[in-house]
Amino acid sequence: MKEITILSGKGGTGKTSITAAIASVADNAVFCDNDVDAADLHLIFKPKVLEEHTFFSGYKATIHDDECTRCGICYDHCRFDAIHYKDLGGLYVNPFQCEGCRLCERVCPVQAITSKRSDNNYWFISETRMGKLVHAKMGPGEENSGKLVSEIRGRAKEIAKETGAGYVINDGPPGIGCAAISSVTGTDTVLLVIEPTHSGLHDIKRVVDLIDSFKIPSFAVINKYDINKEVVGEIEEFLNRNNIPLLANLPFDKQMVEAMVNGQTIVEYNPESEISKKIKEVWEKIR
Amino acid sequence: MAKKIAIASGKGGTGKTTVSVNLYHFINKFVTPKVQLVDCDVEEPNDLLFFKDSEEVTKETINQLIPRIDNDKCTYCRKCAEWCEYNAIVVIPPVQFAEVNGSLCHSCGACLVACEFDAMKEYPEPIGEVTFYKTQEGNGLAEGRLKIGSAMQTMLIKELKKRVPDDAEWILFDAPPGTSCPVVETVSDADYIVLVTEPTPFGLHDLTLMIEMLKDIKQPFGVIVNKAGLGNNEVYKYLKKENIEIIGEIPFNKSYASKYAAGNLLKDISPETEQRYKEIIENLKKKL
Repeated sequence: MKEITILSGKGGTGKTSITAAIASVADNAVFCDNDVDAADLHLIFKPKVLEEHTFFSGYKATIHDDECTRCGICYDHCRFDAIHYKDLGGLYVNPFQCEGCRLCERVCPVQAITSKRSDNNYWFISETRMGKLVHAKMGPGEENSGKLVSEIRGRAKEIAKETGAGYVINDGPPGIGCAAISSVTGTDTVLLVIEPTHSGLHDIKRVVDLIDSFKIPSFAVINKYDINKEVVGEIEEFLNRNNIPLLANLPFDKQMVEAMVNGQTIVEYNPESEISKKIKEVWEKIR
Repeated sequence: MAKKIAIASGKGGTGKTTVSVNLYHFINKFVTPKVQLVDCDVEEPNDLLFFKDSEEVTKETINQLIPRIDNDKCTYCRKCAEWCEYNAIVVIPPVQFAEVNGSLCHSCGACLVACEFDAMKEYPEPIGEVTFYKTQEGNGLAEGRLKIGSAMQTMLIKELKKRVPDDAEWILFDAPPGTSCPVVETVSDADYIVLVTEPTPFGLHDLTLMIEMLKDIKQPFGVIVNKAGLGNNEVYKYLKKENIEIIGEIPFNKSYASKYAAGNLLKDISPETEQRYKEIIENLKKKL
């Protein structure tokens, strides 16, 4: 079984549309939406949910006013500035700033603080026309997206083993932080989706630096390559220097958006389009 | 007190950076030169690419404190490991092994309080840099840049924001994509949030996630529809139904995309673009 992760650094370069297009030509694959912050793949896959699970992320502390003596020890210990004085006396924890370390709970001399794990995150196993999909919905403002990514990737791999699937394909998150690190750790191949803009090039360089530390073989496609051909040249040079094969230059085509509006992949919407043909070639090269 | 505006979107690539850079330029032109731009997308900071004549003023390495265990003092009691909520400490008493895994550590300080034998000491470990740049116009650009391999993006955003002087009249925070903790850190102390969306199913879906989050933290916001004309009308129907104000609309234009590509947003700006931002700024003034 081979695991392929699709990354871009910059958001909006077309990771999800390209993942979906690949799904149309790849059979025998399990899909996993690693962009748990802003998951979109399900909008095209239209999953029928088979299983729903709660993901327990970090703790959030609460100060109980009745027991609190306002000694301020918790306030002094909190390194995340999550504990505040109320205007009318007493203290409270801002849950969005609380990182769940539970130190306040432990140093409180009168046990006025308790912590509860947040259960506002869900992940799903679904049946779709492309195959099985493992995806998630994070509660807004939640942390630990990296842990959630590890969890759903693990489950996707188990499903692939159980069903004898040949591939797990991960639609990755933007950026290079905790979610991206979790998405790339231990994967077999990375496919980079690059937009020919200075921002796209700048951002992909940081992704390549990150992947280099894991020594994972990678491939690239340039999406909307006709937006700026000069930058395409710079990207080609960069890929060459880093021994990353460029598999295709995909043109800007409004049909990509039309397909999305129809809830279809570009391959379903117009199998004869240039992009559809190139996607098939890309899949043959990375499979 | 400076007026603080955060520019966010949920989905990546909708135009946060384009809007931030243009707002900076036009606030300087029409309102006040005392405007500060802050690039909070520390994983992939791009604002600087649009200020080719900028000059670096100061650069500071930002550290997190990672504890190390002094094996001479450690009694392998495991209390630090029990207190660590991030599984960053491994203690195996039979073989007298105790170690902190820095990549999992959140620098909360719990293990230091837990240890009764003074065996824990903290050492700085870089997580990124905060750089201030002088630009041709305005107060300048402040940028956070996460060290590759670090997962401490939220801490870096917090440290970046702490360093922004309050002497500007307007401060613009360009947020990272998504809706999780780094975005909350960016928008939580803003006076108003500008959400940039595109009229596509992905844009709309991620916009709704973002709005859910802002309602949770009770922050005021309005929406700019970027790349108007691409996609469909669902986003307009949604905003109307939810009674959410559109504070601006920027039409899709392939030649504009090509200017962005080359990093030339602020060169030869069309009168139409200028007019659009003039209206957005007038709308923003009413909100603050």
